[in-house]
Amino acid sequence: MPKNPDIKKVLVIGSGPIIIGQAAEFDYAGTQACRSLKEEGIEVVLLNSNPATIMTDKDIADRVYIEPLTVEVVEQLILKEKPDSVLPTLGGQAGLNLAMELEEAGFLKAHNVRLIGTTAATIRKAEDRLEFKETMEKIGEPVAPSKVVENVEDGIAFTNTIGYPVVLRPAYTLGGSGGGIAHDQEELVEILQNGLRLSRVGQVLVERCIAGWKEIEYEVMRDGAGNVITVCNMENIDPVGIHTGDSIVVAPSQTLGDKEYQMLRTSALNIITELGITGGCNVQYALHPESFEYCVIEVNPRVSRSSALASKATGYPIAKVAAKIALGYTLDEIKNAVTQKTYASFEPMLDYCVVKMPRLPFDKFISANRTLGTQMKATGEVMSICTNFEGALMKAIRSLEQHVDCLLSYDFSELSDDELLDLLYQPDDRRIWVIAEALRRNVSYETIHDITRIDMWFIDKISALVEMENALKTVGWKVKAARAGKGGVKAAAGKENPISGNARDYLPEELLREAKRIEFPDNVIARLTTIPQEEIKAMRYECGIRAAYKMVDTCAAEFEAATPYYYSCFGSENEAEGGHDRKKVLVLGSGPIRIGQGIEFDFCSVHSTWTFEKEGYETIIINNNPETVSTDFDIANKLYFEPLTPEDVESIVDIEKPDGAVVQFGGQTAIKLTEALMKMGVPILGTAAEDVDAAEDRERFDEILEKCGIPRPAGQTVFTAEEAKNAAHQLGYPVLVRPSYVLGGQGMQIAINDEDIDEFIGIINQIAQEHPILVDKYIMGKEIEVDAICDGKDILIPGIMEHIERTGIHSGDSISVYPAQSITESNKQTIVEYTEKLARALHVKGMINIQFIVDGEDVYIIEVNPRSSRTVPYISKVTGIPIVPLATRIICGHTIRELGYEPGLQKNGDYIAIKMPVFSFEKIHGADVSLGPEMKSTGECLGIAKTFNEALYKAFQGAGIKLPKYRNMIITVRDEEKEEAVDIAKRFQAQGYRIFATRGTAKYLYDNGVRVLSVPKLEQESPNILDLVLGHEIDLIIDIPPQGAEHSKDGFVIRRNAVETGVSVLTSLDTAAALATSLENRAKELTLIDIATVDNR
Amino acid sequence: MKAFLVLEDGTVFQGTSIGSPREVISEIVFNTSMTGYLEVLTDPSYAGQAVVMTYPLIGNYGICHEDMESLKPWPDGYIVRELSRIPSNFRSEDTIQHFLESHDIPGISGIDTRALTKILREKGTMNGMITTNENYDLEDAVRRMKEYSVQGVVKATTTKEKYVLPGEGKKVALLDLGAKKNIARSLNKRGCQVTVYPSDTSAEEILSSSPDGIMLSNGPGDPKENVEVIREIRKLYDSNVPIFAICLGHQLMALATGANTYKLKYGHRGGNHPVKDLETGRVYISSQNHGYAVDTESLDPAVAVPAFVNVNDGTNEGLKYTGKNIFTVQYHPEACPGPQDSSYLFDRFLKMMEGNE
Repeated sequence: MPKNPDIKKVLVIGSGPIIIGQAAEFDYAGTQACRSLKEEGIEVVLLNSNPATIMTDKDIADRVYIEPLTVEVVEQLILKEKPDSVLPTLGGQAGLNLAMELEEAGFLKAHNVRLIGTTAATIRKAEDRLEFKETMEKIGEPVAPSKVVENVEDGIAFTNTIGYPVVLRPAYTLGGSGGGIAHDQEELVEILQNGLRLSRVGQVLVERCIAGWKEIEYEVMRDGAGNVITVCNMENIDPVGIHTGDSIVVAPSQTLGDKEYQMLRTSALNIITELGITGGCNVQYALHPESFEYCVIEVNPRVSRSSALASKATGYPIAKVAAKIALGYTLDEIKNAVTQKTYASFEPMLDYCVVKMPRLPFDKFISANRTLGTQMKATGEVMSICTNFEGALMKAIRSLEQHVDCLLSYDFSELSDDELLDLLYQPDDRRIWVIAEALRRNVSYETIHDITRIDMWFIDKISALVEMENALKTVGWKVKAARAGKGGVKAAAGKENPISGNARDYLPEELLREAKRIEFPDNVIARLTTIPQEEIKAMRYECGIRAAYKMVDTCAAEFEAATPYYYSCFGSENEAEGGHDRKKVLVLGSGPIRIGQGIEFDFCSVHSTWTFEKEGYETIIINNNPETVSTDFDIANKLYFEPLTPEDVESIVDIEKPDGAVVQFGGQTAIKLTEALMKMGVPILGTAAEDVDAAEDRERFDEILEKCGIPRPAGQTVFTAEEAKNAAHQLGYPVLVRPSYVLGGQGMQIAINDEDIDEFIGIINQIAQEHPILVDKYIMGKEIEVDAICDGKDILIPGIMEHIERTGIHSGDSISVYPAQSITESNKQTIVEYTEKLARALHVKGMINIQFIVDGEDVYIIEVNPRSSRTVPYISKVTGIPIVPLATRIICGHTIRELGYEPGLQKNGDYIAIKMPVFSFEKIHGADVSLGPEMKSTGECLGIAKTFNEALYKAFQGAGIKLPKYRNMIITVRDEEKEEAVDIAKRFQAQGYRIFATRGTAKYLYDNGVRVLSVPKLEQESPNILDLVLGHEIDLIIDIPPQGAEHSKDGFVIRRNAVETGVSVLTSLDTAAALATSLENRAKELTLIDIATVDNR
Repeated sequence: MKAFLVLEDGTVFQGTSIGSPREVISEIVFNTSMTGYLEVLTDPSYAGQAVVMTYPLIGNYGICHEDMESLKPWPDGYIVRELSRIPSNFRSEDTIQHFLESHDIPGISGIDTRALTKILREKGTMNGMITTNENYDLEDAVRRMKEYSVQGVVKATTTKEKYVLPGEGKKVALLDLGAKKNIARSLNKRGCQVTVYPSDTSAEEILSSSPDGIMLSNGPGDPKENVEVIREIRKLYDSNVPIFAICLGHQLMALATGANTYKLKYGHRGGNHPVKDLETGRVYISSQNHGYAVDTESLDPAVAVPAFVNVNDGTNEGLKYTGKNIFTVQYHPEACPGPQDSSYLFDRFLKMMEGNE
């Protein structure tokens, strides 16, 4: 079927800010879809509130609106742009929900706009629980049987029809309290009685328990003619019960026979056919591990995190094909972009094994509950490819960048056997390390399987890795014995006797070959054998044990493929050709999405890659994040899907011999590789490595500041808590404590006393620090941020951004305003002057990011990053200045003037743009929501308008703070800020808010003329403040906790409960004041701005 | 124990011996299925060939005897990257290692199967030798390999005696040319009484039982070798009994009615090939295992017209016989291993026997 000629202008809706469960995968899918539509000559209108995305670039869509994702905005946009169609299935759940609301309200029909891709009726059938269940029953596809019961007898009768165990979920209780799993009638009666009593409506849902079953997913596609195919199936190593987003996933399935595989494949195709989906769809199954019984868990009638993973795992571009299907093409008309020989109507065959691992944020939220369950907690993920499972797992582990490089990286040797088994019962992010330790202690496969329900096949693979550790350790003992035996001479302190002969005498070649086959990195082999890493490497090279690269070709080598998408393995023929017909540049990606290093850096990497290509370079990307645009196989000339460690990068460098590497766009991940790249002899393009280091090295940096005459808050470098306390006493509390070389303020805290220092330094030193810890005087002031481009001589500053919140809150968590609103002309001049001085002193070629504190007329520097920053995509879009392409061209040797720009601070744009942080606190139980110097937000959205007030209103709307609802709020403020709180309270009161407060705050507010209702504190008798929060009628809590580590337990409990019941919590008065401003200026109608037309030049 | 795979072109792969240590010379072909290794091993169409599995991890779910497509494994040799140390599946009764040993099938593991596949893809299917003899004489081996050709395999794989799968419905005569069990099972499941005949059964004998339909099965080897079978099939063609044929059966029917077959460069073996139904335009993902194909150019439209075509390479995947109740497909609607998407063809055959197609 050819393209539908009636489709000319399509609205694509994105997924908004990055939150847990909705990450970069939708930028990848949306970008791919937009490019696919444009290829067909379709005019694309794009709406997404997230400015850090690639899809919101004017290169990707024709008209770009970075506006809040609300029904009103979409309606207004449709009236303004008059698209003939909306493509709702490529922007995640957010986009889909909006499109459905408009469809159901009849708005689309009234304005002659059609939904293309999957129809509304289909979406309803998949998303509505009842309709879904009925549809599945109609075609005989099993779902977990369930029934709502109101008495124990009915519960027993129903359970007898479906069999034990069953899950019991009382209706309308908070956090599932009163529920449980019943394995027999006795347990059933007990839990059911309790649950019926606890349920407000006296109802309990009885459901067949499928926890512990195998979790299997199928990615399927269907076109308008009814042709159906499977792109990929995936097996979760973790059983049903752990969210698939937090599971370790392998593709294709490993433990399913053809009977099981085809049974579920046929089921998935029947489902997509019955639902009538046109496009991609994900079907999740629970498969009984000891029978052919299965249940359909869920169907997603759209692209998803899993479809992004499946696309990267197979090379089959699901979103691109889905977009073409939406236009009317059939699968057999769409070319397979990888082979160029086959068509989209075939099923990819893998000749390798893919492992995905989640990136969990417990290094950020150290107080959070690490246990994994049905609520997804991962912020991002990594993927790895190898010809064997062990190797893929090892590569995934070291791609995580969480200080783990093998199965010994978490040490559980101190635990007793019982404690260890207890940990197996409570699976958390360290579960495979716990299993490895259990295997070291000879706990049987059966025991581990019985507890974890992880398939024996995977346990055996973990065991194979443990066996290799042991074999290498045995070599280590021999080496140690040889050293000790050497004439009995005691080695000098800190030195070891050299061993006689070379490594090969102790480490058999075959063992080394096998260790590399299953992807033990050299540094781990070195650690276990105690043979220096250089010797291991030398021996490898001598024996020809080198990484080889294989192509991901969608067809298991059956057809010749044209797309250079590679993964490494050992003991194989190399397929990657290092040919050199033009200059080659290596672009290092930024790895998994994590708090502090998000999608922004992928934006920068991709734009840099595109610009290098335009400059005539051959481009090579190395990255390991399956959710991103940068790992799409047609972004760079070559893609290596690999861990970003020195050894993995060096193996690629050995083959490709690039003329240079660019590290300034890949966040801290890439910056960290600078030194290693220099050792490999790869020139760093742009700012020189020693200058990058000068910005991070405190002493050298202080020298530069002094030379330039730029003040910074007084500070010292320390290693221990004692030194830190001495420093703090000299500087005077409060002080800012942080490790060097980190992103997102990891481990950064404000200390107000010695106890704080002890606690913070203790946390930082849990991981061995190669670099000193910084202790700085904390100065309260306005925080200002600047991104600039320097060509070695001239400097271009696109704009100055000001934070709404005062210093003390991480820049990534602050509301950022462009252009700066409240600083003086002379402040601005000083900032420009300092920026220019610093950029020159650091010999910056390319990007620099500087953060300042402005306190009256004083301007201090607090941080300099000689690289691209989180704010670059946002500032590029709102100023219309293509920062990354400019910086890249400068790295290639051009100058700012040559590129047509006047150096210096650019004139302000026509619009005020406000970047608002977005958090995912409700997903992470036990995480403190109060803001501080360590970044906690997962994403951001933009408000852009002619006026500050409208921009602010849009930004709050985009962040999902849509007030007022009930017009009730709670204020609790620490003493120092009570005075300031009065004005804010009055402003909310003027907006019709009823204000509740606990005694201290209530009295102060009352005395100062605020009508306030006093409520009992948490420890007082009910009804107290907590009941108020749980009563579901509070819009907002302003809670300003005391500084330092001494967090009041009450405040923590209230904030957690508020977040979990959907109440907005603000922990800074500056944010609260901004929200008040936004409410005071609620606009009836927003002015929508096409970002593609913004050009400040 | 070390093992070597030596190809006709002199390429040598060194790996580890699996299964039997005996030496074997055979035709090397690759299969891209990611599951279904036991179904592949027990598919009689592999008689005379050694199979390379392109999926690198084999044996993960052990051996479930009920999944066997015939009574024993047929390939001369088995070539994999890695065999699982343990099987893990609730139905597993044996390990693949033991299965290969007990059936005396030689094999090799630990080689770069992708590199091997690329050689076969680029140079075409060729012969090879699996040996555990480290001192093999390459020149002599190459000479012996060049002499090898797949022969007499239909006779070797067909049933020795006629047997009947009872059923209340239509009576189907299944000519076993090296049949996979699931063909008979698929008919039997639809109520048919299936009588399975050895490949050298005469047309007269089959027709004398007055079947409602005749099924020609899959099978191994070069179709043109089966001169006598082709002659009998021609008589079946003339009989006006509805006929459905799969794979080798499809090729033999074409040969019996004047069309030609040719050897593909490296064949189609796997579970992901798209075939297009030329009548409806629908595309189905199919299970395939064939090294030969019917030459579309050689067809006489008065006799047969293409009904299915391979979307990837445009080769013929099925024929509809003009004026006859006969249709034939090159691929495997009985699946096992592979997609079950084409099982509807058995329903079509049933309808044809009922006179409704």
